[in-house]
Amino acid sequence: MSEDRGGPFASMNPARGERKAIISGVGQSQTGRRLYREPLDLTVEAALAAIEDAGLTTAEIDGIATYPGNQDTPPGFSGVGVVEVQDALRLNLNWYAGGLESPGQLGSVITAIAAVATGLCNHVLCFRTVWEASAQGDKNRAAVTMGGGFGGTYRASGFMQWTLPFAAPSAAIWIAMMAARHFHEFGTTREQLAQIALNARRNAQRNPKAIYRDPMTLDDYLNVRMISTPLCLYDCDVPADGSTAVIVSRAEHAEAVDHPVAAVEAVGCAIHGRPSWDQWDDLTTMAMRDAAAMLWNRTDLRPSDVDVAELYDGFSFITLCWLEALGFCGHGEGGPFIEGGTRIALDGEIPLNTHGGQLSAGRLHGYGFLHEACEQLWGRAGERQVVRRGGDPEVAVVGAGGGPLAGALLLTRRR
Amino acid sequence: MTGTDAKPSDHSAMSRADDTSSGIRADSDAKPFRVLPRVTPENEHFWRGGREGRLTFLRCGDCGYWLHPPSPVCPKCWSRNVVPDAVSGRAVVHTFTVNYQPWIPTFDPPYVVAIVELPEQEGLRLTTNIVGCDPEEVVIGMPVRVRFEHYDDNGYEVWLPLFEPDRTTDSGATGHGSQLR
Repeated sequence: MSEDRGGPFASMNPARGERKAIISGVGQSQTGRRLYREPLDLTVEAALAAIEDAGLTTAEIDGIATYPGNQDTPPGFSGVGVVEVQDALRLNLNWYAGGLESPGQLGSVITAIAAVATGLCNHVLCFRTVWEASAQGDKNRAAVTMGGGFGGTYRASGFMQWTLPFAAPSAAIWIAMMAARHFHEFGTTREQLAQIALNARRNAQRNPKAIYRDPMTLDDYLNVRMISTPLCLYDCDVPADGSTAVIVSRAEHAEAVDHPVAAVEAVGCAIHGRPSWDQWDDLTTMAMRDAAAMLWNRTDLRPSDVDVAELYDGFSFITLCWLEALGFCGHGEGGPFIEGGTRIALDGEIPLNTHGGQLSAGRLHGYGFLHEACEQLWGRAGERQVVRRGGDPEVAVVGAGGGPLAGALLLTRRR
Repeated sequence: MTGTDAKPSDHSAMSRADDTSSGIRADSDAKPFRVLPRVTPENEHFWRGGREGRLTFLRCGDCGYWLHPPSPVCPKCWSRNVVPDAVSGRAVVHTFTVNYQPWIPTFDPPYVVAIVELPEQEGLRLTTNIVGCDPEEVVIGMPVRVRFEHYDDNGYEVWLPLFEPDRTTDSGATGHGSQLR
Protein backbone atom coordinates (compact mmCIF):
# COMPACT_ATOMS: atom_id res chain seq x y z
CA MET A 1 0.00 0.00 0.00
CA SER A 2 2.61 2.51 0.98
CA GLU A 3 5.41 1.62 -1.40
CA ASP A 4 4.07 4.03 -3.97
CA ARG A 5 4.57 7.21 -1.99
CA GLY A 6 3.19 9.46 -4.65
CA GLY A 7 0.33 7.74 -6.37
CA PRO A 8 -2.94 9.64 -6.27
CA PHE A 9 -1.49 12.04 -3.72
CA ALA A 10 1.58 13.07 -5.73
CA SER A 11 0.17 16.48 -6.52
CA MET A 12 -0.84 17.32 -2.96
CA ASN A 13 0.35 20.35 -1.10
CA PRO A 14 3.51 19.24 0.74
CA ALA A 15 2.52 21.21 3.86
CA ARG A 16 1.89 19.05 6.94
CA GLY A 17 -0.16 21.52 8.93
CA GLU A 18 -1.54 18.86 11.25
CA ARG A 19 1.83 18.86 13.03
CA LYS A 20 1.00 22.27 14.43
CA ALA A 21 -1.70 20.62 16.53
CA ILE A 22 -1.75 18.25 19.48
CA ILE A 23 -4.36 16.49 21.51
CA SER A 24 -3.78 17.93 24.96
CA GLY A 25 -6.52 16.32 27.00
CA VAL A 26 -9.34 13.80 26.92
CA GLY A 27 -12.45 13.25 28.99
CA GLN A 28 -15.34 10.84 29.08
CA SER A 29 -18.64 10.83 30.92
CA GLN A 30 -20.21 7.92 32.68
CA THR A 31 -20.90 5.32 30.00
CA GLY A 32 -23.31 2.41 29.90
CA ARG A 33 -26.66 1.05 28.86
CA ARG A 34 -29.83 3.04 29.47
CA LEU A 35 -28.43 5.64 31.81
CA TYR A 36 -31.48 7.86 31.16
CA ARG A 37 -29.37 10.99 31.56
CA GLU A 38 -29.77 14.06 29.39
CA PRO A 39 -27.30 14.11 26.49
CA LEU A 40 -26.18 17.64 27.39
CA ASP A 41 -25.52 16.51 30.94
CA LEU A 42 -23.29 13.70 29.64
CA THR A 43 -21.56 16.12 27.29
CA VAL A 44 -20.79 18.68 29.97
CA GLU A 45 -19.34 15.95 32.18
CA ALA A 46 -16.99 14.82 29.38
CA ALA A 47 -16.11 18.37 28.29
CA LEU A 48 -15.15 19.62 31.75
CA ALA A 49 -13.03 16.53 32.34
CA ALA A 50 -11.20 17.02 29.03
CA ILE A 51 -10.63 20.74 29.62
CA GLU A 52 -9.15 20.05 33.05
CA ASP A 53 -7.03 17.22 31.64
CA ALA A 54 -5.61 19.62 29.07
CA GLY A 55 -4.57 22.02 31.81
CA LEU A 56 -7.07 24.61 30.63
CA THR A 57 -10.10 26.50 31.83
CA THR A 58 -13.33 27.12 29.94
CA ALA A 59 -12.14 30.70 29.40
CA GLU A 60 -9.34 29.39 27.17
CA ILE A 61 -11.52 27.19 24.94
CA ASP A 62 -12.17 29.21 21.79
CA GLY A 63 -13.34 26.50 19.40
CA ILE A 64 -15.87 23.65 19.26
CA ALA A 65 -16.10 20.81 16.76
CA THR A 66 -18.59 17.98 16.87
CA TYR A 67 -20.12 15.18 14.86
CA PRO A 68 -22.90 15.01 13.72
CA GLY A 69 -24.26 18.25 15.14
CA ASN A 70 -27.64 18.44 16.80
CA GLN A 71 -30.26 16.31 15.11
CA ASP A 72 -33.34 14.50 16.35
CA THR A 73 -33.10 11.35 14.28
CA PRO A 74 -32.17 8.60 14.52
CA PRO A 75 -33.19 8.70 18.18
CA GLY A 76 -30.22 8.91 20.51
CA PHE A 77 -27.72 9.49 17.70
CA SER A 78 -27.04 13.06 18.75
CA GLY A 79 -29.20 15.54 20.64
CA VAL A 80 -26.37 17.94 21.43
CA GLY A 81 -24.72 20.37 19.07
CA VAL A 82 -22.29 23.26 19.17
CA VAL A 83 -25.00 25.66 20.28
CA GLU A 84 -26.05 23.81 23.43
CA VAL A 85 -22.49 23.25 24.61
CA GLN A 86 -21.32 26.77 23.89
CA ASP A 87 -24.21 28.16 25.86
CA ALA A 88 -23.98 25.74 28.78
CA LEU A 89 -20.28 26.50 29.24
CA ARG A 90 -20.60 30.19 28.24
CA LEU A 91 -17.70 29.85 25.80
CA ASN A 92 -16.33 32.71 23.71
CA LEU A 93 -15.71 31.07 20.37
CA ASN A 94 -13.43 32.15 17.56
CA TRP A 95 -14.33 29.15 15.41
CA TYR A 96 -16.79 26.26 15.45
CA ALA A 97 -18.17 23.50 13.26
CA GLY A 98 -20.67 20.70 13.63
CA GLY A 99 -22.11 18.45 10.98
CA LEU A 100 -22.70 15.05 9.53
CA GLU A 101 -20.99 15.41 6.17
CA SER A 102 -17.37 14.77 7.10
CA PRO A 103 -14.83 11.94 6.83
CA GLY A 104 -16.48 9.83 9.50
CA GLN A 105 -16.84 10.74 13.16
CA LEU A 106 -13.22 11.83 13.42
CA GLY A 107 -13.76 14.26 10.56
CA SER A 108 -14.75 16.72 13.28
CA VAL A 109 -11.35 16.30 14.96
CA ILE A 110 -9.52 16.61 11.64
CA THR A 111 -11.40 19.83 10.96
CA ALA A 112 -10.46 21.12 14.41
CA ILE A 113 -6.81 20.28 13.72
CA ALA A 114 -7.02 22.27 10.50
CA ALA A 115 -8.59 25.22 12.31
CA VAL A 116 -5.85 25.25 14.95
CA ALA A 117 -3.13 24.83 12.31
CA THR A 118 -4.40 27.81 10.35
CA GLY A 119 -4.58 30.00 13.43
CA LEU A 120 -8.35 30.35 13.64
CA CYS A 121 -8.35 29.30 17.28
CA ASN A 122 -6.10 27.99 20.07
CA HIS A 123 -8.01 25.21 21.83
CA VAL A 124 -10.92 23.27 20.34
CA LEU A 125 -13.33 21.24 22.41
CA CYS A 126 -14.25 18.26 20.22
CA PHE A 127 -17.04 15.96 21.36
CA ARG A 128 -19.31 13.11 20.37
CA THR A 129 -22.37 12.25 22.45
CA VAL A 130 -24.70 9.27 22.05
CA TRP A 131 -27.66 8.05 24.08
CA GLU A 132 -28.91 5.32 21.76
CA ALA A 133 -29.30 2.80 24.56
CA SER A 134 -31.77 5.01 26.42
CA ALA A 135 -33.46 6.20 23.23
CA GLN A 136 -34.25 2.74 22.01
CA GLY A 137 -35.47 1.67 25.44
CA ASP A 138 -36.76 -1.87 25.29
CA LYS A 139 -37.46 -1.84 21.56
CA ASN A 140 -34.04 -3.01 20.34
CA ARG A 141 -32.17 -1.43 17.48
CA ALA A 142 -35.11 -1.63 15.12
CA ALA A 143 -36.53 1.26 17.12
CA VAL A 144 -33.47 3.33 16.36
CA THR A 145 -33.55 2.48 12.68
CA MET A 146 -37.25 2.78 12.06
CA GLY A 147 -38.59 4.63 15.04
CA GLY A 148 -38.18 8.21 13.97
CA GLY A 149 -38.88 10.50 11.10
CA PHE A 150 -41.36 8.34 9.29
CA GLY A 151 -44.51 10.19 10.18
CA GLY A 152 -47.26 10.99 7.69
CA THR A 153 -46.92 9.33 4.32
CA TYR A 154 -43.21 8.85 4.70
CA ARG A 155 -41.32 8.32 1.44
CA ALA A 156 -37.66 7.38 1.30
CA SER A 157 -35.43 9.92 -0.39
CA GLY A 158 -31.72 10.51 -0.90
CA PHE A 159 -29.61 7.38 -0.54
CA MET A 160 -32.27 5.64 1.55
CA GLN A 161 -34.60 5.46 -1.46
CA TRP A 162 -32.26 2.85 -2.92
CA THR A 163 -32.29 0.60 0.15
CA LEU A 164 -35.34 1.22 2.35
CA PRO A 165 -37.96 -0.03 -0.16
CA PHE A 166 -35.99 -3.29 -0.19
CA ALA A 167 -36.24 -3.65 3.59
CA ALA A 168 -32.56 -2.77 3.97
CA PRO A 169 -32.65 0.17 6.37
CA SER A 170 -29.53 -0.65 8.34
CA ALA A 171 -25.79 -0.48 7.87
CA ALA A 172 -25.81 -4.03 9.27
CA ILE A 173 -27.21 -5.18 5.93
CA TRP A 174 -24.98 -2.97 3.79
CA ILE A 175 -21.84 -4.04 5.65
CA ALA A 176 -22.97 -7.67 5.60
CA MET A 177 -23.06 -7.55 1.79
CA MET A 178 -19.51 -6.18 1.73
CA ALA A 179 -18.37 -8.90 4.11
CA ALA A 180 -20.06 -11.54 1.96
CA ARG A 181 -18.17 -10.30 -1.09
CA HIS A 182 -14.89 -10.38 0.85
CA PHE A 183 -15.66 -13.94 2.02
CA HIS A 184 -16.42 -14.89 -1.61
CA GLU A 185 -13.30 -13.37 -3.16
CA PHE A 186 -10.74 -14.20 -0.49
CA GLY A 187 -12.12 -17.18 1.40
CA THR A 188 -12.48 -15.22 4.64
CA THR A 189 -14.36 -17.23 7.26
CA ARG A 190 -16.63 -16.55 10.22
CA GLU A 191 -14.08 -18.27 12.46
CA GLN A 192 -11.53 -15.68 11.35
CA LEU A 193 -13.87 -12.71 11.67
CA ALA A 194 -14.81 -13.92 15.16
CA GLN A 195 -11.37 -12.88 16.37
CA ILE A 196 -12.33 -9.21 16.16
CA ALA A 197 -15.18 -9.81 18.61
CA LEU A 198 -13.23 -12.24 20.82
CA ASN A 199 -10.25 -9.89 21.04
CA ALA A 200 -12.55 -7.01 21.97
CA ARG A 201 -14.17 -9.06 24.71
CA ARG A 202 -10.82 -10.17 26.12
CA ASN A 203 -9.69 -6.56 26.32
CA ALA A 204 -13.01 -5.40 27.76
CA GLN A 205 -12.45 -7.71 30.71
CA ARG A 206 -9.59 -5.39 31.67
CA ASN A 207 -11.65 -2.23 31.19
CA PRO A 208 -13.86 -1.37 34.17
CA LYS A 209 -15.99 0.95 31.99
CA ALA A 210 -16.76 -1.68 29.35
CA ILE A 211 -20.39 -2.75 29.05
CA TYR A 212 -19.83 -6.44 28.33
CA ARG A 213 -17.02 -8.08 30.31
CA ASP A 214 -18.08 -11.73 30.57
CA PRO A 215 -15.77 -14.14 28.74
CA MET A 216 -16.78 -15.03 25.18
CA THR A 217 -15.69 -18.20 23.40
CA LEU A 218 -15.57 -19.07 19.71
CA ASP A 219 -18.50 -21.40 20.34
CA ASP A 220 -20.48 -18.55 21.88
CA TYR A 221 -19.80 -16.52 18.75
CA LEU A 222 -20.66 -19.28 16.29
CA ASN A 223 -23.89 -20.16 18.10
CA VAL A 224 -25.39 -16.73 18.70
CA ARG A 225 -28.24 -15.65 16.47
CA MET A 226 -27.55 -14.38 12.97
CA ILE A 227 -28.36 -10.75 12.15
CA SER A 228 -27.57 -10.57 8.44
CA THR A 229 -25.29 -13.22 6.97
CA PRO A 230 -22.38 -13.47 7.54
CA LEU A 231 -22.74 -11.10 10.49
CA CYS A 232 -24.08 -12.43 13.78
CA LEU A 233 -25.11 -10.53 16.88
CA TYR A 234 -21.55 -10.40 18.20
CA ASP A 235 -20.36 -8.75 14.98
CA CYS A 236 -22.54 -5.74 15.83
CA ASP A 237 -21.58 -3.07 18.34
CA VAL A 238 -23.70 -2.40 21.40
CA PRO A 239 -25.74 0.80 21.59
CA ALA A 240 -24.65 2.86 24.57
CA ASP A 241 -25.01 6.17 26.35
CA GLY A 242 -22.00 8.37 26.87
CA SER A 243 -20.03 11.38 25.76
CA THR A 244 -16.37 11.60 24.84
CA ALA A 245 -14.43 14.84 24.53
CA VAL A 246 -10.92 15.64 23.34
CA ILE A 247 -9.12 18.96 23.29
CA VAL A 248 -7.18 19.89 20.14
CA SER A 249 -4.58 22.56 20.98
CA ARG A 250 -1.73 24.46 19.40
CA ALA A 251 1.43 22.39 19.63
CA GLU A 252 3.08 25.02 21.83
CA HIS A 253 0.63 24.15 24.59
CA ALA A 254 2.33 20.77 25.18
CA GLU A 255 4.72 22.32 27.71
CA ALA A 256 1.85 23.49 29.90
CA VAL A 257 0.26 20.05 30.27
CA ASP A 258 1.20 17.86 33.24
CA HIS A 259 1.16 14.62 31.23
CA PRO A 260 2.34 13.53 27.79
CA VAL A 261 0.31 14.82 24.86
CA ALA A 262 -0.52 13.25 21.50
CA ALA A 263 1.22 14.94 18.61
CA VAL A 264 -0.66 14.71 15.33
CA GLU A 265 1.78 13.09 12.94
CA ALA A 266 -0.62 12.68 10.02
CA VAL A 267 -4.29 12.63 9.13
CA GLY A 268 -6.15 10.74 6.43
CA CYS A 269 -9.50 11.92 5.11
CA ALA A 270 -9.50 11.09 1.39
CA ILE A 271 -12.33 9.46 -0.49
CA HIS A 272 -11.64 8.80 -4.16
CA GLY A 273 -14.38 6.27 -4.83
CA ARG A 274 -18.08 7.03 -5.21
CA PRO A 275 -19.58 8.19 -1.90
CA SER A 276 -22.12 5.40 -1.63
CA TRP A 277 -22.69 2.17 0.28
CA ASP A 278 -23.65 0.19 -2.83
CA GLN A 279 -22.01 2.09 -5.72
CA TRP A 280 -18.49 2.01 -4.20
CA ASP A 281 -16.19 0.49 -6.82
CA ASP A 282 -14.73 -2.43 -4.84
CA LEU A 283 -17.08 -3.72 -2.17
CA THR A 284 -14.26 -5.66 -0.49
CA THR A 285 -12.81 -2.28 0.51
CA MET A 286 -14.31 0.85 2.00
CA ALA A 287 -13.38 4.53 2.14
CA MET A 288 -10.55 3.76 4.58
CA ARG A 289 -8.67 2.45 1.56
CA ASP A 290 -8.23 6.05 0.46
CA ALA A 291 -8.04 7.67 3.91
CA ALA A 292 -5.28 5.28 5.01
CA ALA A 293 -3.33 5.75 1.79
CA MET A 294 -3.45 9.50 2.32
CA LEU A 295 -2.32 9.13 5.92
CA TRP A 296 0.77 7.10 5.02
CA ASN A 297 1.57 9.54 2.25
CA ARG A 298 1.94 12.28 4.86
CA THR A 299 4.50 10.63 7.13
CA ASP A 300 7.77 8.74 7.15
CA LEU A 301 6.42 6.36 9.77
CA ARG A 302 5.31 2.95 8.51
CA PRO A 303 2.72 0.43 9.71
CA SER A 304 5.51 -1.49 11.45
CA ASP A 305 6.13 1.58 13.66
CA VAL A 306 2.62 1.50 15.11
CA ASP A 307 2.39 0.30 18.72
CA VAL A 308 -1.37 0.28 19.14
CA ALA A 309 -4.31 0.38 16.72
CA GLU A 310 -7.77 1.60 17.68
CA LEU A 311 -9.97 0.81 14.68
CA TYR A 312 -13.71 1.31 14.36
CA ASP A 313 -15.82 -1.78 14.93
CA GLY A 314 -19.39 -0.66 14.43
CA PHE A 315 -19.38 -4.04 12.75
CA SER A 316 -16.44 -6.41 13.12
CA PHE A 317 -15.88 -6.56 9.37
CA ILE A 318 -15.14 -2.83 9.30
CA THR A 319 -12.15 -3.41 11.58
CA LEU A 320 -10.83 -6.05 9.22
CA CYS A 321 -11.07 -3.53 6.38
CA TRP A 322 -9.17 -0.96 8.46
CA LEU A 323 -6.38 -3.48 9.16
CA GLU A 324 -6.06 -4.15 5.44
CA ALA A 325 -6.34 -0.50 4.42
CA LEU A 326 -3.67 0.59 6.89
CA GLY A 327 -1.29 -2.04 5.54
CA PHE A 328 -0.97 -4.25 8.60
CA CYS A 329 -1.69 -6.95 6.03
CA GLY A 330 -2.48 -6.96 2.35
CA HIS A 331 -5.87 -6.48 0.72
CA GLY A 332 -7.80 -9.70 1.17
CA GLU A 333 -5.36 -11.07 3.75
CA GLY A 334 -7.25 -9.83 6.78
CA GLY A 335 -8.79 -13.21 7.59
CA PRO A 336 -5.53 -15.14 7.87
CA PHE A 337 -3.92 -12.13 9.60
CA ILE A 338 -6.34 -12.16 12.52
CA GLU A 339 -6.79 -15.93 12.63
CA GLY A 340 -6.22 -17.24 16.13
CA GLY A 341 -6.16 -13.69 17.49
CA THR A 342 -2.55 -13.64 18.65
CA ARG A 343 -1.32 -10.87 16.33
CA ILE A 344 -3.99 -8.43 17.53
CA ALA A 345 -3.85 -9.28 21.26
CA LEU A 346 -2.57 -6.84 23.90
CA ASP A 347 0.85 -8.52 23.73
CA GLY A 348 0.73 -9.18 19.99
CA GLU A 349 2.27 -7.59 16.92
CA ILE A 350 -0.37 -4.90 16.74
CA PRO A 351 -2.58 -4.58 19.84
CA LEU A 352 -6.08 -3.81 18.59
CA ASN A 353 -9.06 -2.10 20.24
CA THR A 354 -7.46 -2.34 23.63
CA HIS A 355 -10.49 -1.08 25.58
CA GLY A 356 -12.89 -3.57 24.06
CA GLY A 357 -14.02 -1.49 21.10
CA GLN A 358 -17.64 -0.65 20.47
CA LEU A 359 -18.38 -4.37 20.30
CA SER A 360 -17.83 -4.84 24.03
CA ALA A 361 -17.09 -1.45 25.60
CA GLY A 362 -20.04 0.31 23.93
CA ARG A 363 -20.88 2.31 20.84
CA LEU A 364 -19.39 5.70 21.69
CA HIS A 365 -19.16 6.16 17.95
CA GLY A 366 -15.61 6.75 16.86
CA TYR A 367 -14.45 9.02 19.64
CA GLY A 368 -14.04 6.09 22.04
CA PHE A 369 -11.12 4.86 19.94
CA LEU A 370 -9.39 8.24 20.01
CA HIS A 371 -9.88 8.47 23.77
CA GLU A 372 -8.35 5.03 24.21
CA ALA A 373 -5.38 5.81 21.93
CA CYS A 374 -4.53 8.80 24.12
CA GLU A 375 -4.93 6.81 27.34
CA GLN A 376 -2.55 4.19 25.93
CA LEU A 377 0.02 6.73 24.73
CA TRP A 378 -0.12 8.50 28.06
CA GLY A 379 0.30 5.33 30.11
CA ARG A 380 -3.08 5.65 31.80
CA ALA A 381 -4.78 2.48 30.57
CA GLY A 382 -4.47 0.55 33.83
CA GLU A 383 -4.81 -3.21 33.59
CA ARG A 384 -5.04 -3.09 29.80
CA GLN A 385 -1.96 -0.89 29.33
CA VAL A 386 0.08 -1.98 26.33
CA VAL A 387 3.82 -2.26 26.96
CA ARG A 388 6.21 -1.86 24.02
CA ARG A 389 9.96 -2.01 24.26
CA GLY A 390 9.61 -1.89 28.03
CA GLY A 391 7.57 1.30 28.08
CA ASP A 392 4.35 2.95 27.04
CA PRO A 393 3.40 2.97 23.35
CA GLU A 394 4.87 5.75 21.24
CA VAL A 395 2.78 5.55 18.07
CA ALA A 396 -0.96 4.97 17.81
CA VAL A 397 -3.25 4.86 14.80
CA VAL A 398 -6.94 5.63 15.11
CA GLY A 399 -9.46 5.00 12.36
CA ALA A 400 -13.18 5.62 12.48
CA GLY A 401 -16.01 5.12 10.06
CA GLY A 402 -17.19 2.42 7.69
CA GLY A 403 -18.60 2.17 4.18
CA PRO A 404 -18.13 5.52 2.44
CA LEU A 405 -17.10 7.25 5.69
CA ALA A 406 -13.53 7.15 6.98
CA GLY A 407 -11.12 9.37 8.84
CA ALA A 408 -7.80 8.40 10.40
CA LEU A 409 -5.23 9.91 12.74
CA LEU A 410 -1.63 8.88 13.34
CA LEU A 411 -0.55 10.05 16.80
CA THR A 412 2.79 10.02 18.58
CA ARG A 413 3.52 10.42 22.27
CA ARG A 414 5.26 13.70 23.06
CA ARG A 415 7.21 13.78 26.34
CA MET B 1 -26.48 -7.83 22.93
CA THR B 2 -29.26 -5.74 21.53
CA GLY B 3 -31.86 -8.10 22.92
CA THR B 4 -34.24 -10.34 21.11
CA ASP B 5 -37.40 -8.74 22.37
CA ALA B 6 -38.18 -6.85 19.20
CA LYS B 7 -41.37 -4.89 19.47
CA PRO B 8 -42.71 -3.38 16.30
CA SER B 9 -42.74 0.37 16.50
CA ASP B 10 -45.66 2.35 15.22
CA HIS B 11 -46.11 1.67 11.55
CA SER B 12 -49.52 3.11 10.96
CA ALA B 13 -48.10 5.89 8.82
CA MET B 14 -46.08 3.66 6.58
CA SER B 15 -47.12 2.67 3.12
CA ARG B 16 -49.10 -0.47 2.92
CA ALA B 17 -49.53 -2.88 0.08
CA ASP B 18 -52.76 -4.72 -0.54
CA ASP B 19 -51.63 -7.66 1.52
CA THR B 20 -49.43 -7.05 4.52
CA SER B 21 -49.55 -10.50 5.98
CA SER B 22 -46.07 -11.72 5.16
CA GLY B 23 -42.55 -10.88 4.14
CA ILE B 24 -41.15 -11.85 0.77
CA ARG B 25 -41.73 -15.55 0.37
CA ALA B 26 -40.72 -17.82 -2.42
CA ASP B 27 -44.06 -19.56 -2.35
CA SER B 28 -46.33 -16.58 -2.11
CA ASP B 29 -47.50 -13.78 -4.31
CA ALA B 30 -48.52 -11.76 -1.27
CA LYS B 31 -46.87 -8.36 -1.23
CA PRO B 32 -45.25 -7.31 2.01
CA PHE B 33 -45.39 -3.96 3.65
CA ARG B 34 -42.72 -1.57 2.34
CA VAL B 35 -41.59 1.99 2.68
CA LEU B 36 -41.90 3.49 -0.78
CA PRO B 37 -39.45 5.86 -2.47
CA ARG B 38 -40.23 9.53 -2.99
CA VAL B 39 -40.81 9.81 -6.73
CA THR B 40 -39.41 12.97 -8.31
CA PRO B 41 -39.01 14.10 -11.92
CA GLU B 42 -35.37 13.01 -11.65
CA ASN B 43 -36.07 9.40 -10.62
CA GLU B 44 -39.55 8.71 -12.00
CA HIS B 45 -38.21 6.73 -14.97
CA PHE B 46 -36.67 4.26 -12.51
CA TRP B 47 -39.50 3.88 -10.01
CA ARG B 48 -42.33 3.88 -12.55
CA GLY B 49 -40.63 2.26 -15.55
CA GLY B 50 -42.10 -1.02 -14.36
CA ARG B 51 -45.51 0.18 -15.55
CA GLU B 52 -44.31 -0.80 -19.03
CA GLY B 53 -42.23 -3.70 -17.73
CA ARG B 54 -39.01 -1.80 -18.34
CA LEU B 55 -36.07 -1.44 -15.99
CA THR B 56 -34.94 2.04 -16.87
CA PHE B 57 -31.85 4.09 -16.09
CA LEU B 58 -30.51 7.37 -17.30
CA ARG B 59 -28.06 6.98 -20.14
CA CYS B 60 -25.75 9.38 -21.89
CA GLY B 61 -27.15 10.17 -25.32
CA ASP B 62 -23.68 11.00 -26.60
CA CYS B 63 -21.31 8.32 -25.27
CA GLY B 64 -23.78 5.65 -24.16
CA TYR B 65 -22.69 5.49 -20.52
CA TRP B 66 -25.36 4.33 -18.03
CA LEU B 67 -25.90 6.42 -14.89
CA HIS B 68 -27.14 5.24 -11.51
CA PRO B 69 -28.35 6.83 -9.31
CA PRO B 70 -29.73 9.51 -11.64
CA SER B 71 -27.54 12.55 -12.25
CA PRO B 72 -27.89 15.52 -14.60
CA VAL B 73 -24.47 15.02 -16.20
CA CYS B 74 -22.56 12.13 -17.77
CA PRO B 75 -19.51 11.45 -15.54
CA LYS B 76 -17.56 10.10 -18.53
CA CYS B 77 -17.96 12.77 -21.22
CA TRP B 78 -19.73 15.56 -19.22
CA SER B 79 -22.58 15.66 -21.69
CA ARG B 80 -25.83 17.04 -20.28
CA ASN B 81 -27.73 14.92 -22.79
CA VAL B 82 -28.77 12.17 -20.41
CA VAL B 83 -32.08 10.43 -21.09
CA PRO B 84 -33.95 7.38 -19.76
CA ASP B 85 -33.35 4.09 -21.54
CA ALA B 86 -34.32 0.51 -20.72
CA VAL B 87 -31.91 -2.32 -20.00
CA SER B 88 -32.49 -6.02 -20.60
CA GLY B 89 -33.58 -6.70 -17.03
CA ARG B 90 -30.97 -9.38 -16.61
CA ALA B 91 -28.39 -9.24 -13.87
CA VAL B 92 -25.96 -11.25 -11.78
CA VAL B 93 -25.85 -11.37 -7.99
CA HIS B 94 -22.72 -9.39 -7.10
CA THR B 95 -23.17 -9.91 -3.37
CA PHE B 96 -26.03 -10.60 -0.99
CA THR B 97 -27.06 -11.21 2.59
CA VAL B 98 -29.77 -13.31 4.16
CA ASN B 99 -31.25 -10.95 6.70
CA TYR B 100 -32.66 -12.43 9.91
CA GLN B 101 -33.21 -9.25 11.90
CA PRO B 102 -36.78 -7.87 11.99
CA TRP B 103 -36.03 -4.29 10.99
CA ILE B 104 -39.38 -3.37 9.51
CA PRO B 105 -42.71 -4.11 11.18
CA THR B 106 -44.59 -6.95 9.43
CA PHE B 107 -41.79 -7.47 6.91
CA ASP B 108 -40.79 -10.84 8.22
CA PRO B 109 -37.28 -12.30 7.95
CA PRO B 110 -35.54 -14.18 6.62
CA TYR B 111 -35.26 -12.37 3.32
CA VAL B 112 -32.46 -11.76 0.82
CA VAL B 113 -31.01 -8.32 0.14
CA ALA B 114 -28.60 -8.26 -2.78
CA ILE B 115 -26.54 -5.95 -4.90
CA VAL B 116 -26.96 -7.08 -8.49
CA GLU B 117 -24.82 -6.04 -11.43
CA LEU B 118 -26.25 -5.56 -14.90
CA PRO B 119 -24.55 -6.95 -18.00
CA GLU B 120 -25.00 -3.68 -19.87
CA GLN B 121 -22.03 -2.06 -18.11
CA GLU B 122 -19.40 -3.06 -15.58
CA GLY B 123 -20.29 -1.58 -12.20
CA LEU B 124 -23.91 -0.78 -13.12
CA ARG B 125 -25.53 -2.03 -9.93
CA LEU B 126 -28.47 -1.65 -7.66
CA THR B 127 -29.62 -2.90 -4.27
CA THR B 128 -32.69 -5.13 -4.43
CA ASN B 129 -34.31 -8.28 -3.08
CA ILE B 130 -33.90 -11.74 -4.53
CA VAL B 131 -37.32 -13.39 -4.61
CA GLY B 132 -38.83 -16.49 -6.13
CA CYS B 133 -36.45 -18.92 -4.46
CA ASP B 134 -35.36 -20.13 -1.09
CA PRO B 135 -32.83 -17.77 0.55
CA GLU B 136 -30.41 -20.70 0.83
CA GLU B 137 -30.37 -21.06 -2.96
CA VAL B 138 -28.88 -17.62 -3.57
CA VAL B 139 -25.17 -17.52 -4.43
CA ILE B 140 -22.83 -14.85 -5.71
CA GLY B 141 -22.68 -15.02 -9.50
CA MET B 142 -26.22 -16.34 -9.85
CA PRO B 143 -28.08 -15.10 -12.96
CA VAL B 144 -31.27 -13.24 -12.08
CA ARG B 145 -33.84 -11.16 -13.90
CA VAL B 146 -36.09 -8.34 -12.86
CA ARG B 147 -39.61 -8.89 -11.57
CA PHE B 148 -41.55 -5.76 -10.77
CA GLU B 149 -43.72 -5.49 -7.72
CA HIS B 150 -46.49 -2.93 -8.09
CA TYR B 151 -47.52 -0.77 -5.13
CA ASP B 152 -50.48 1.55 -5.14
CA ASP B 153 -50.84 3.62 -1.99
CA ASN B 154 -54.08 5.51 -2.60
CA GLY B 155 -53.05 6.35 -6.14
CA TYR B 156 -49.34 6.83 -5.37
CA GLU B 157 -47.86 4.20 -7.64
CA VAL B 158 -44.42 2.64 -7.66
CA TRP B 159 -43.01 -0.45 -9.37
CA LEU B 160 -40.17 -1.89 -7.29
CA PRO B 161 -37.55 -3.82 -9.30
CA LEU B 162 -37.03 -7.10 -7.48
CA PHE B 163 -35.02 -9.93 -9.00
CA GLU B 164 -35.68 -13.64 -9.29
CA PRO B 165 -33.53 -16.53 -10.51
CA ASP B 166 -33.17 -16.48 -14.28
CA ARG B 167 -33.67 -20.14 -15.07
CA THR B 168 -34.56 -19.67 -18.71
CA THR B 169 -31.48 -18.21 -20.38
CA ASP B 170 -27.79 -17.70 -20.00
CA SER B 171 -26.66 -14.60 -18.14
CA GLY B 172 -25.15 -12.80 -21.10
CA ALA B 173 -26.06 -9.29 -22.09
CA THR B 174 -28.73 -8.86 -24.68
CA GLY B 175 -27.77 -5.32 -25.42
CA HIS B 176 -29.42 -2.14 -24.37
CA GLY B 177 -32.82 -0.81 -25.06
CA SER B 178 -34.55 -4.15 -25.35
CA GLN B 179 -37.97 -4.66 -23.88
CA LEU B 180 -38.30 -7.00 -20.97
CA ARG B 181 -39.42 -10.58 -21.47
